[in-house]
Amino acid sequence: MTGKTVVTGLGVASPNGLGTADFWDNTRSGKSGIGLVTRFDPTNYPARLAGEVPGFTAEDHLPGRLLPQTDRMTRLALAAADWALEDAGVRPAEIPAFDMGVVTASSSGGFEFGQGELQALWSQGSQYVSAYQSFAWFYAVNSGQISIRNGMKGPSSVVVSDQAGGLDAVAQARRQIRRGTPLVVSGAIDASICPWGWVAQLAGGRLSTSECVDRAYLPFDAAAAGHVPGEGGAIVVLESEESAVVRGAHVYGEIAGYGATFDPRPDSGREPGLRRAVELALADAGVEPGEVDVVFADAAAVPELDRAEAAALRAVFGPRGVAVTAPKTMTGRLYSGAGPLDLAAALLSMDAGVIPPTVNVEPVPGYDLDLVVEQRSTPVHCALVLARGEGGFNSALLVRSV
Amino acid sequence: METRHFTLDDLRRILLEGAGADDAVDLDGEILDLGFDELGYESLALLETSSRIEREYGVSLDDEELTDGATPRRLIDAVNDRLSAPADSV
Repeated sequence: MTGKTVVTGLGVASPNGLGTADFWDNTRSGKSGIGLVTRFDPTNYPARLAGEVPGFTAEDHLPGRLLPQTDRMTRLALAAADWALEDAGVRPAEIPAFDMGVVTASSSGGFEFGQGELQALWSQGSQYVSAYQSFAWFYAVNSGQISIRNGMKGPSSVVVSDQAGGLDAVAQARRQIRRGTPLVVSGAIDASICPWGWVAQLAGGRLSTSECVDRAYLPFDAAAAGHVPGEGGAIVVLESEESAVVRGAHVYGEIAGYGATFDPRPDSGREPGLRRAVELALADAGVEPGEVDVVFADAAAVPELDRAEAAALRAVFGPRGVAVTAPKTMTGRLYSGAGPLDLAAALLSMDAGVIPPTVNVEPVPGYDLDLVVEQRSTPVHCALVLARGEGGFNSALLVRSV
Repeated sequence: METRHFTLDDLRRILLEGAGADDAVDLDGEILDLGFDELGYESLALLETSSRIEREYGVSLDDEELTDGATPRRLIDAVNDRLSAPADSV
């Protein structure tokens, strides 16, 4: 089957808003969720800012049996999945179990839970390690827990490709829908703002060490010097168009195109793979560059990577040929959660006729990007979401109104 | 030497600490002869429970005592049998 795959439900947990309504209100008006780390004392670390999801109390959302066996990323994902299903008007108990799948992404698994168990191991001994460590840290745990909680036994998996993973998961969900599963819960939530997760990110060398919340993460700016990490993301309900029509569901938009490429060897001198990913997504959707209303950029805030992304966009769309935005300047980079959160923002842009801004950034003139730095009212029918993962992953997802 | 005794309250505490409680189950109710599956605990929850009993009471339970329709009463009896046995046979 190659019928349309549509999005019918959104569940958002973002540093600048818990829940879709708060997220969108704050995102369209440029309100940032970046601040000093509060989940641990960051005093002795070179990077001290993060985008933390505010106001989430797991006990308010999850049954008691799940609390001892879940990392924060899983708790957020389970709550976001509940919201996405409710938004879609789906009651899983009323749908055959094998007609529903779960495909999420994860960049690093449940780090905070794992840190606690490792500390128990070396300070007290192996008998003090929770039996639930066997899966609570694992990349696939969000897919598994969403599947168990909602009785979803259709094709399910996890995709691990760093920040590109969130888009790759949505594409894999679309494949499963085309193969005949009517409904797949997808998207991604990552959350590893704990000392162990922090040192792992520091070792990657791409974290901003600025302590000024509005100067720390400046993609496409001459002062770009790394990113602020964040937590959260979005869980989405994807369905075959047929399933959505039968249910009479509200459709946010169609997953119309997807392309994924891998970068060449770093010192090969060859062009990075992002341009080809964009072209593949456009070709997959049968869309010309001129039909794209907005690009949600990967926005690495590493000068070399910003240059490469700007070059790819110029090559496909021409100089200043398309509106470009990076609302992740309000959240930090969310790893696998970033793509699905941008996907949610793109779909909400279509509903509202508003492109949310890139905050704090003064774009380098030579990049020739039409960077949206203030909320822009304009019809949005077709949006491209980009994500690059460390290690060479490039993914592009095109969404279109139906 | 005083022999330690393992009670239903001890089991409730350990279950809650290690695996939480099913919201549909009243752990303070009459649970002694209910199966752990009826109480909402799967095999991993029982593994965690057994591990916590072992590190707190120094007794090691067999897998069969945690499966095959195990109930709180059978688990409590098994722990107390070990606690009252001569030390070299534990």
